[in-house]
Amino acid sequence: MNEPGPIYIVPIHLPMISLLKPLSEKIAATFHCLTEITSLPINPTSTYDPKRNQYNSSMLLAELITRKPENTYRILGVTDLDLFIPILTFVFGEAQLNGAAAVVSIHRLQNQFYGLTRNDKLLEARLEKEAIHELGHTFGLIHCRSDLCVMNVSTYVEYIDLKTPHFCQSCQKVYNETL
Amino acid sequence: MENKDIGILIVDDELGVRDSLYNWFREDGYMVDTAQDAKEALQKLQQDKWDIILLDIKMPGIDGMELQKRIKQIDTNIIIIMITAYASVDTAVQALKEGAFDYITKPFDPDEMSHLIRNAVAQRKLTTENIQLRQKIDELSRLDEIVGESPSMMRVFELVATVAQTDSTVVIHGESGTGKELVARAIHSNGPRRYFPIIAVNCGALPEGILESELFGHEKGAFTGAQYRRKGKLEMADGGTLFLDEIGNISMKTQMDLLRVLETKQFTRLGGNQVITVDFRVICATNRNLEKAVEEGTFREDLYYRINVFSIYLPPLRERRSDIPLLANHFVQKYALSMNKSITEISPDAMDLLVRYNWPGNVRELENAIERAMVIGKAPSIRPEDLPFQLSAKQSSSKDESLEEMEKIHILNILERMNWNITRSAEILKIDRVTLYNKIKKYGLQR
Repeated sequence: MNEPGPIYIVPIHLPMISLLKPLSEKIAATFHCLTEITSLPINPTSTYDPKRNQYNSSMLLAELITRKPENTYRILGVTDLDLFIPILTFVFGEAQLNGAAAVVSIHRLQNQFYGLTRNDKLLEARLEKEAIHELGHTFGLIHCRSDLCVMNVSTYVEYIDLKTPHFCQSCQKVYNETL
Repeated sequence: MENKDIGILIVDDELGVRDSLYNWFREDGYMVDTAQDAKEALQKLQQDKWDIILLDIKMPGIDGMELQKRIKQIDTNIIIIMITAYASVDTAVQALKEGAFDYITKPFDPDEMSHLIRNAVAQRKLTTENIQLRQKIDELSRLDEIVGESPSMMRVFELVATVAQTDSTVVIHGESGTGKELVARAIHSNGPRRYFPIIAVNCGALPEGILESELFGHEKGAFTGAQYRRKGKLEMADGGTLFLDEIGNISMKTQMDLLRVLETKQFTRLGGNQVITVDFRVICATNRNLEKAVEEGTFREDLYYRINVFSIYLPPLRERRSDIPLLANHFVQKYALSMNKSITEISPDAMDLLVRYNWPGNVRELENAIERAMVIGKAPSIRPEDLPFQLSAKQSSSKDESLEEMEKIHILNILERMNWNITRSAEILKIDRVTLYNKIKKYGLQR
């Protein structure tokens, strides 16, 4: 049996590339797999909605899936664009439940968005949690009621700060069973 | 009820809206499906059971408002959340008036959505729990607690079943211990008010002042010791049934106050000014002859006529001896279970004693006798020495030991045993049928 490929981490309109290396290490540690930062020719322009001045995350996700390398285990897009799905005002990220792809945005994870002082360490921690959360969905994990579990749903950025970057026992068990 | 047990159906003509909501709820672990129009939604409603429906107001063909009406015809308890754009908020408000749980204006905040769904789920759980509890009440609301197969008790069961469906005031007559409260509870729990409380007031046990305060409640400071406002039994019975036990024992003043309440269904708490309107059914019980009390002037005639709309007579146990073995065995089973004893029966000698005893305290006395016998008795059966009384064959504990009384009781026993078959009863009594008819008439015996 072939070894699974890596989790690809793909920057999409992301000036802060420096965020990806620590993220890549943490994802590798959480999911016990290889990770690889790679660039793909993804143009988000077609996902832009001028009425909302935001980018449609479902369309971006579809773009990622189309362009994913053949040996992809999972693929994670990381962007600084403000993402939305049609029914919601914004999303921090989106994933295919039991699928291969996920996308996260740092747009609303940055303190500056809320008029606060820039804090790169905090941003790194938030990105780590949201990336693991969205990738967790690709392994079939659903939202968890435990406040500390990374799979707890975060509808405000403050909720992201409250949870840990780890799976709770029951989510870890579900994840282990998928392997 | 976990999230995976909750079904959410999304009805919207926009694919983007359907997909994004579908994915959002799936990540929360709900069972989700979508429909692009009313036709598909109605099909899915027939196929599966849905708890929450998210419904777009503006759709081609049958719109959300019309679809809501049709859904409510299929399942009135289903939770409907209307999805609307700013332009149609008025319509959403109209939808709320027609039974929608809430509405949400798109696009909405993720947090707003999460809260709304959590509330809807909580509401759905409560509704489901309420339905289950009602079913449980319906299962329990049978006449099982009242035991008897004698013709006189069968007649009581018929009357209870008939009057339970109405809202009429009932007076239950019967000696102490015949089970008047059980009958009152049976009427309540088989009637339309069964999901509301039955509040019992023992009018005979309370002094006048306390009874008044019990019934009407009081405001803070209404009298010495009234340190806080207290609701009375009349208020507590709102929507349900007020059971006034020993109504024949209340004072003339309380009779007057009670009459006013029964007529207007309005009252004020003691020391209060606020008029409180209540809605309850009244069931009264008495071991007194109220008609006689009216004649004697100790019971108000107008109150008597107000409460005596429908009356049920509970015969004393000595008039339905055929029920004694059934009742005795019922109590043996009951106490064997609660005392965890292996006594399962009553010996023939002990049963003979029970059947022949006159039971002035009626079913209550019989129950107490069996309870006592269960405490002191030994498995496998209750013996005569376990009973609290000893009765020789020649003895009877009837208060009236005249020959006439004995004859009346004996004839009634035989009639009950023969299910009021006159020919067979006359044969056993060794008298002719005409004589038996005459004696039934003379002693006023009834089925």
